[in-house]
Amino acid sequence: MSQRSTPADVSFNLTVGIIAGIAILILVAPVLIVIATSFTTTQALRFPPPGLSLRWYGELFDPVRSAPIHNAALNSLWVAGWATAIGSVLSVLAALAITRVSRPSARALEASFLSPLVLPTLSYGLAALMFFSVLGIRPSLNLLIAGHLVVIAPFVFRTTLASLTQLDPALLEASANLGASRLYSFRRITLPLIAPGIAAGAFLAFIASMDNVPVSLFLSTARTSMLPIRMWGMMESTLDVRIAAIAGVLIVAILFLMVVMDRFTGLTRRMSA
Amino acid sequence: MSAAAAAPGASPLRDTVEWRLAAPLGLTYAVFFAAPFLILLGISFYADAEQTRLGLDSWVKFYTDAFYLKVIFDTLKLGVLAVVATTILAYPLALVFRAASPRMQRVLIFIILMPLLTSVVIRTFAWIVILAREGVVNQTLMALGLTATPLNLLQTELGLVIALTQIEMPLMLLPLLTIMNQMDQNLVDASRALGASKWRTFFRVILPLTLPGWIAGATLVFASATTAFISQSVIGGARLVYLPSLIWQQSMVVYNWPFAAVASLTLLFTVLSGIMALSWLGRFAKTS
Repeated sequence: MSQRSTPADVSFNLTVGIIAGIAILILVAPVLIVIATSFTTTQALRFPPPGLSLRWYGELFDPVRSAPIHNAALNSLWVAGWATAIGSVLSVLAALAITRVSRPSARALEASFLSPLVLPTLSYGLAALMFFSVLGIRPSLNLLIAGHLVVIAPFVFRTTLASLTQLDPALLEASANLGASRLYSFRRITLPLIAPGIAAGAFLAFIASMDNVPVSLFLSTARTSMLPIRMWGMMESTLDVRIAAIAGVLIVAILFLMVVMDRFTGLTRRMSA
Repeated sequence: MSAAAAAPGASPLRDTVEWRLAAPLGLTYAVFFAAPFLILLGISFYADAEQTRLGLDSWVKFYTDAFYLKVIFDTLKLGVLAVVATTILAYPLALVFRAASPRMQRVLIFIILMPLLTSVVIRTFAWIVILAREGVVNQTLMALGLTATPLNLLQTELGLVIALTQIEMPLMLLPLLTIMNQMDQNLVDASRALGASKWRTFFRVILPLTLPGWIAGATLVFASATTAFISQSVIGGARLVYLPSLIWQQSMVVYNWPFAAVASLTLLFTVLSGIMALSWLGRFAKTS
């Protein structure tokens, strides 16, 4: 469409271009600034850093001085791993059940399975704490797994449901007509086709658990400290430059995982479609 | 769409077998999600922090005190400001995305997802580095001679809104990009061919067509910004009180659980009312 450019159109293009540029800057700059800060030589969080060194990474990986951080990171990985594993199995089963039925009740179930995505999980965190204390159960990593499971399951449920709706029913009919049992069809046809969707959801769920503040805030204790809460504590007391080093490690890990996941599951396509 | 048109001759019995697959997750939600909320509701009806007497005292105290009503109002306002700011920034970026080449689109998606997958705590920390007295913004402003003394951006609502805008923007962008890609280019071309300017085309064609995507994004941003405890407590500081920090303080510092339960339920109602207002807006837009 070649159009004559009126002043109004020029002003539109300029406005859109400038604001989009600002948006990209706002999105990217903080991440880059944190990484740059992590290589500083000083105690102060100055940007640009006066000198470059690996000093804070050294501090961070020191097994004695950073023991609490290592402990919290291991707890977070453990909880995220189990919550993602259990949550994925339950969500895939639930998604299979819901795609097969188109009653209003199925839609209601779907909405309730997705509700933790928009309900304030902070309210849920307190509710879970009260619930377990009324039952007389002491805080532990298992309780954290249970609490995280509820708030991260929707990620897997959503991507699995999306993959299932794109599945061609003719494939399953053909398989059934050729005498395959339902379980066999599921194993040989359905599962391979929805696996990338499940994997993408599980990846997002794992990240969400590693990053979860609201639930961990109420269910973790000094003994079962979690990484984000520990980092929050470090920010509240003294602005420790090690936070920037943790950020550097996490960002590199996430970038690597994103590239890998994108290759195998089309993660970016799934999230934008 | 739905695979309810299951294999022909699917017996009702087989249907029930399918249904049971949802039971494990359903039970998990009933026990670990619904039940805790019922306990929360129950505890809110204790009249005192020691939980010895029943009564509506906690509710009355919360809803008759001007301070707490202001906290509710400020929390709502923060959510609305975050939605407005992310909308203004996300729409132009979504338009640029739509016009970009496939290769460029992949780069943009990475740029958008990167912050989303970076820990909220880390992004909050980044904004401290940027907004602090010796931070990037103040150094830039002073170098340009725009201000002689560093501005206080931390512990202000403005600083918090700026940080939340970056933290929540991907949530607005993803649904917007999806709907922009599904939009029928013919409608846009027709509007242009009939002589509408780009501005007019945007406001009269693109905006109404992408409204459902905006509503999905706005819902996520509103819910996220009103409950962003870490950002609120670290960037907002002690001077700005929002519902999440009030809940934290009442439950884990003062140990007044009934009152914290009332605050928690209030946060839940606040978010739900925001979501309902947005979905009502969506229905209203469809019919008009």
